Amino acid sequence: MSAGDASQEGTPHVEPGPQAGQGAQAGQGPPVKHGPPVKPVRGRGPSVVTRLMETRYLGWIGLAIALGAPLIIATPYALNVMTSAAIFVMLAVGLNIVVGYCGLLDLGYAAFFAVGAYTGGVMAAELDIPLIATVPAVLVVTVVAGIVIGAPTLRLRSDYLAIVTLGFGEIIRICATNLEITGGPSGIYGIPGLFGDDVLTEPAAFYYLTVLIVAVAVLLAARLGRSRLGRAWRFVREDEDAAEAMGVHTYKVKLAAYIGGAVWGGMAGVLFAAHLTAISPPSFTFLWSALVLMAVVLGGMGSTPGVVVGAVFISLAPELLRDLADYRFFVFGVLLILVMIVRPQGLWPHRSQETARTAARSKEPVA
Amino acid sequence: MSERSERSGGRGGSSPHKEHSMTLLQVTDLRLSFGGVRAIDGLSFEVGEGEIVSVIGPNGAGKTSAFNCVTGFYKPIGGSVLLDGTPVTGRRPASIAGLGVSRTFQNPRLFGELSVLDNVRAGTHLWLRQSVFDALLHTPRYRRSEQEATDEAHRWLDFVGLRGERAGLVRNLPYGEQRRVEIARALARRPKLLLLDEPAAGLNHTEKAELLDLIRRIRDLGTAIALIEHDMGLVMEVSERVVVLNFGREIAVGAPAEVRRDPAVVEAYLGRDADEEELAAAREQVRGGREEVRGGTD
Amino acid sequence: MAQLVWNGLFVGSFYALVALGYSMVYGVIKLLNFAHGDLYMLGAFSGFAMLGAMGGLVESQSLLALLLVLIATMAVTGMGGVALERLAYRPLRGAPRLSLLITAVGASFALEYGTRIVAGPNPRVYQVRLGGTTIHVLGARITVQQLVLVAIAIGLMFALNWLVMRSRQGRAMRAIALDPKAAQLMGIDVNAVIARTFFIGSALAGAAGVMAGGYYGKIDFLMGFIIGLKAFTAAVIGGIGNMQGTMLGGLVLGLLESFGTDLLGGEWRDVFAFGCLILFLTVRPTGLLGERVTERV
Repeated sequence: MSAGDASQEGTPHVEPGPQAGQGAQAGQGPPVKHGPPVKPVRGRGPSVVTRLMETRYLGWIGLAIALGAPLIIATPYALNVMTSAAIFVMLAVGLNIVVGYCGLLDLGYAAFFAVGAYTGGVMAAELDIPLIATVPAVLVVTVVAGIVIGAPTLRLRSDYLAIVTLGFGEIIRICATNLEITGGPSGIYGIPGLFGDDVLTEPAAFYYLTVLIVAVAVLLAARLGRSRLGRAWRFVREDEDAAEAMGVHTYKVKLAAYIGGAVWGGMAGVLFAAHLTAISPPSFTFLWSALVLMAVVLGGMGSTPGVVVGAVFISLAPELLRDLADYRFFVFGVLLILVMIVRPQGLWPHRSQETARTAARSKEPVA
Repeated sequence: MSERSERSGGRGGSSPHKEHSMTLLQVTDLRLSFGGVRAIDGLSFEVGEGEIVSVIGPNGAGKTSAFNCVTGFYKPIGGSVLLDGTPVTGRRPASIAGLGVSRTFQNPRLFGELSVLDNVRAGTHLWLRQSVFDALLHTPRYRRSEQEATDEAHRWLDFVGLRGERAGLVRNLPYGEQRRVEIARALARRPKLLLLDEPAAGLNHTEKAELLDLIRRIRDLGTAIALIEHDMGLVMEVSERVVVLNFGREIAVGAPAEVRRDPAVVEAYLGRDADEEELAAAREQVRGGREEVRGGTD
Repeated sequence: MAQLVWNGLFVGSFYALVALGYSMVYGVIKLLNFAHGDLYMLGAFSGFAMLGAMGGLVESQSLLALLLVLIATMAVTGMGGVALERLAYRPLRGAPRLSLLITAVGASFALEYGTRIVAGPNPRVYQVRLGGTTIHVLGARITVQQLVLVAIAIGLMFALNWLVMRSRQGRAMRAIALDPKAAQLMGIDVNAVIARTFFIGSALAGAAGVMAGGYYGKIDFLMGFIIGLKAFTAAVIGGIGNMQGTMLGGLVLGLLESFGTDLLGGEWRDVFAFGCLILFLTVRPTGLLGERVTERV
């Protein structure tokens, strides 16, 4: 992003327009006078689809679908697949913080997933405590992991970051394979459940629990995206120099995104460990990182509903497209290229218009 | 450091060179080089509180480079930049912005894929009180601060007189409106010093007249302005002082009227044949003439 | 000791060969071609297919057969690289960096799993196996085949260096690297030069693939992943975009790995290599021979 040249370029054509009423107001701070009122956001009539895609109740609808799914099919296998899909949604939402909000390409996201799963799994198994008790420790470890990998590399060009994260992903996987404490190539077994061994072992119950946890994770990630920090991430993604000029410490902000992604990934890892009760290195290969990335990109970078739908699609694809099993990853690769060329904003892009709610000024002006 | 003088009635161009009590920005003996080429070679100038200072000079004279040194985007190899007495050379742009400096870019650098409002909200980043936990839990403070940011954005968009959709993407606005948004964004930072890099470039007459008015209204808020501009009419009209650069150093400093008469300036800036009449003509043109005057073309 | 040095140099020359393509493409269009390692894999597989087709000749004249296959493969992977650029990267020239990187990941995936569809998921064994006579130099065991492979690698690198630094083609490449717009205005056919860059880089990777197939014997569709990462590491160590630096980086990485493996054990080899990558990026992101990048804006 080194715009090394401050060279003058041809100035674009400018359309003359009628002069609006201008109010000059002297004094300290911003002037109080109001200009023309904000135009209502609804211009052309939105289609049913658009209205559905932008409804405020989207989150509730999604949650209802997820909670209602076992009513349609509730075989142990189906519940297993759906639980995995929910965990995958959490991963995708976490990666979306890094890639979608902040525009940093992380190709080793599975590493944070692994760090969370192993930290939780090893602690719970060794100390014989419920997984949930390891959450504070997992939080600390994932944050540290985020800093360790982010701190030296976030100062670099974004493409270097991509490769370094790729290398980091491999480092974590190889460490898990070689170390004694992680059980070597065969991994660790018999991880206690979230609340100990005998609680919530019913697949359906565990599915509902997972859905609720993931729903909270999705909500929190979306809230982060709409905050001061979330805006700063988008500023960095759009133009680092302009963001700096506005006082955004781009390095710190990027590190925050990275840590956020690490925490979400790590927590998903704990869920994963609870779900399978056994983890081993092959679960954390580059393939996983790439699949999560695909979910984010296909769904729509920066768009929470898009990413959720993308993640559900990617994780259910092997079940739905059984005949295409051999072609699946090939198709994903081609799809990734096509989406970037034809529709880089993804299938369900982040809204380009602010809603009337967020754009409205308060009734009485704050002086 | 003499006492603060009364601000003249806003007709900067006609006001005499005044003493400014508080020096806001002091650039001393600034030097910058790109691979052996001296872009800035011993530049010194200052901007007082609430003052409008124009930096002019031919293309390649080092104007934008000087701005980039002041705002931390370039690291000068020598000299000092003091902001309110604090040395800022070697600091990151963000931390210099934190000291109360805002800028616009020669070619507008807006966040194209974000809404107009979000662009201006960027200016509120430094002073908006909102923690990550406020955002996660949607505390009352979160709601309050978000509303505050939105209100502030609207207020500055009103102030710069933006026409057009505010909730939509900024890249859908016409060029002239984008320049307004960039200024609004810089103002939402509530800066003590605003650096404008060729704000009039590419604007038509009406827009230039509005810009002139806008710059004065910004100054009337108490914000000091440093202005790089090629439009001589605008410069002469609005500035209280003019710094003329050539080959990376200042060749003249003074009130517009003084600078205009300086033979070195006339020669360096407008070429050998330019004279008073041409400048006067240029000045006329801003007030409603027919053609844009672009100085600095050699 | 001498053995470690030789092993390092041997592996390093492979890294250098693959890294050159990485570095060239990066130098010219500032794109990290993630799929580069997969072109190496593609080279190994197309070499495998050709050897299978040649039949009898392979038995009698294995080294000669391998050389012929090497040249043919270079043409194939070269064209593969050109096709990749044309289909995936060219439509996105000027798009945000993130889009390009994601496209490159997609291309890598498509190549890997496309090969898997054609050649199957299981590793294949090369028909030609270069084993054989060993000579001892300063206590290091060196096979003649190793010497031949290193000689080919060095020959290719010299040819490339000449091409980039001396020829008209090379000048055009360097011009585009400096300023694509200006190069275009000066009458350089930018698209053609970029396509050629991809051709050369991919051909080198393909050559390395065949050589690796002939030397190690086993190939599989994911073999390009790690080598791609290693090649990037080599390029970064030497200075990405800089030809001599990249060659140096490949050898340095080979040596580092060789000694690191000796010290820590083979299972930590990759961890050590990527550790070096992170260290280098932190301490000297421009690499050993990379030029200082001017301050931004």
